[in-house]
Amino acid sequence: MVVSVLNTLDPQSRAAARGWSDLTIRNIFIIPTVLFLIVFNIFPLIYSLGYSFTDFAANRNVPWSFVGLQNYRDLLADQRIWTNFVITAKYVIVSVGGQMIIGFGIALLLNRDFPFKGVVTTLLLLPMMLSAAVVGLFWQLLYSPSWGPINYILGLRNFGLLSDADTALYAVAITDIWMWSPFVMLLSLAGLSAVPKHLYEAAAIDRASSWYTFTRITLPLVAPILMIALIFRTMEAFKTFDLAYVLSVQPTTELIAIKLYRLAFQQWDTGRSSALAYIVLIMVLAITNIYVKYLNKVKER
Amino acid sequence: MAAVRTGGEIALNRIAIVAVLVVMIVFLAPIYWIASTAFKPRALATTVPPTVLFQPELTPFVKLFTKRVQQTKPVDPATYAAAPWWEKAVYDGGERILKVGDSPQLSPYPDRFVNSLIIAISSTLLAVSMGTLTAYGFSRFKVKGEADLLFFILSTRMLPPVVVAIPMYLMYRAVGLNDTHIGLIILYTAFNLSFSVWLMKGFMDEIPKEYEEAALVDGYTRMQAFFKIVLPEAATGIAATAVFCFITAWNEYAFALIMTNRRAQTAPPFIPSQVGSGLTDWTVIAAGTVLFLLPVAIFTFLLRNHLLRGMSFGAIRK
Repeated sequence: MVVSVLNTLDPQSRAAARGWSDLTIRNIFIIPTVLFLIVFNIFPLIYSLGYSFTDFAANRNVPWSFVGLQNYRDLLADQRIWTNFVITAKYVIVSVGGQMIIGFGIALLLNRDFPFKGVVTTLLLLPMMLSAAVVGLFWQLLYSPSWGPINYILGLRNFGLLSDADTALYAVAITDIWMWSPFVMLLSLAGLSAVPKHLYEAAAIDRASSWYTFTRITLPLVAPILMIALIFRTMEAFKTFDLAYVLSVQPTTELIAIKLYRLAFQQWDTGRSSALAYIVLIMVLAITNIYVKYLNKVKER
Repeated sequence: MAAVRTGGEIALNRIAIVAVLVVMIVFLAPIYWIASTAFKPRALATTVPPTVLFQPELTPFVKLFTKRVQQTKPVDPATYAAAPWWEKAVYDGGERILKVGDSPQLSPYPDRFVNSLIIAISSTLLAVSMGTLTAYGFSRFKVKGEADLLFFILSTRMLPPVVVAIPMYLMYRAVGLNDTHIGLIILYTAFNLSFSVWLMKGFMDEIPKEYEEAALVDGYTRMQAFFKIVLPEAATGIAATAVFCFITAWNEYAFALIMTNRRAQTAPPFIPSQVGSGLTDWTVIAAGTVLFLLPVAIFTFLLRNHLLRGMSFGAIRK
């Protein structure tokens, strides 16, 4: 296979003699994309790395000065920033944990033959395809303390799930669980359907209990794909901005991305927000790295 | 396999089907609620207990598209009688539609909806065409440091939007791209490009190399082989990728919130900004939401066989 590619890359080859060479084609197909991403993603990041060492404020027309690592030092020593990280961690654990359990649970339910299976599955996938900002908006209506259906069903009278400091984060997490359990379900279903049937038959012949079958056959075989769902959702939940921003104004739901937005675009503390952006960026890249390793692992199977 | 099913298994299956039904109701109820609110008379949208059964009407959609003011005195009977049904509906709610001459003034909603369309479609076309070419390049030719390059491309997708938005905002401000369609199109293209490369690479890898090699032997140039043999083979993949890119751009909120405020504002930041101004009319908000969610709902249905693949960046195929 490699040999044939090398052959076609030969500038003396027949194909190369007519029209553009393979080398030229490869370059004009790939280089613009890489350049585009460098100009619009990497260059801005280098730009903001520079700003992270200054006290620049984008809304004031005053000269700025170089402050070295001061922004990073201030941020890491700031108790309030740590609070934002703790809120984010709590949010990630509750919402991703909920999605994994509910998503996998639904997949186990759906992993059998029943009428309209295709339609049911597609309908269940709808929430994750919707715009998080707009979902946040209509869940405000559902959570309304005075006339929302959720409060009515739960008999909560005028208790505002979203306006109470203690429950707001959980209310946001529940909406996120509603949106993204289908994602875990989708991946789990793929994993479940790939478990060879003969393993179950062998277990049935051995009269293995269903618990034994589940923990010794189903789980280990679905684990790699569940891991992908877990890492991907962890990364996305860590970055959550829109859903929480639209749903709640409580300080107890100020996730790190919301803090970053306020610091950059409401307090206009450009220098410090660039530094915070870098701290967040390094964390995201670390998770991305793990994610891609797992993707490749699953791909190779 | 003709397995004999025991009574226990059949009972278990029945319980599972009931459970599936319950899950369906729980997951679809929120969508039903917003959709039904879009057809409710205003007085029934915020009742205790919540109203489930009602006579549906289209008034919220009329209100969504028009500029209105509160009527101070009752409308003149002759004017009312001469008015078309949609104007009567607004009169019935104690409001009147503002007009320039004879034509009703439009609310900002259609404008924002069109912005969303222009930006999502343009960025999708760009991201998919560039992504398809790049994917072909990676799929068929030897590229130095291919794994690293592909990781780099994917990692740009994982960047949190707010992190990228800080420097982009300043750069756009310097060159006058803030609050422009082109500005958002560029951002969404960059955001979708990596996804498009990864997904298309999976589709390209599935097209047998022998097809092009046969064409090359027949005297096609590599470019002719790409356009006449590979692209038609990849059509389904291209369509699926395009729909995914469209949905992502259509739904995007953070960049739009930061980079636009009026001229190029898209629907996601606009719709929530309508809430909270004193007497929020939830029927109108719901109507706007339903119209906005409708294209995505249709696309989800069309995409149903490709969702798994798209959501896993092409890693998991079925």
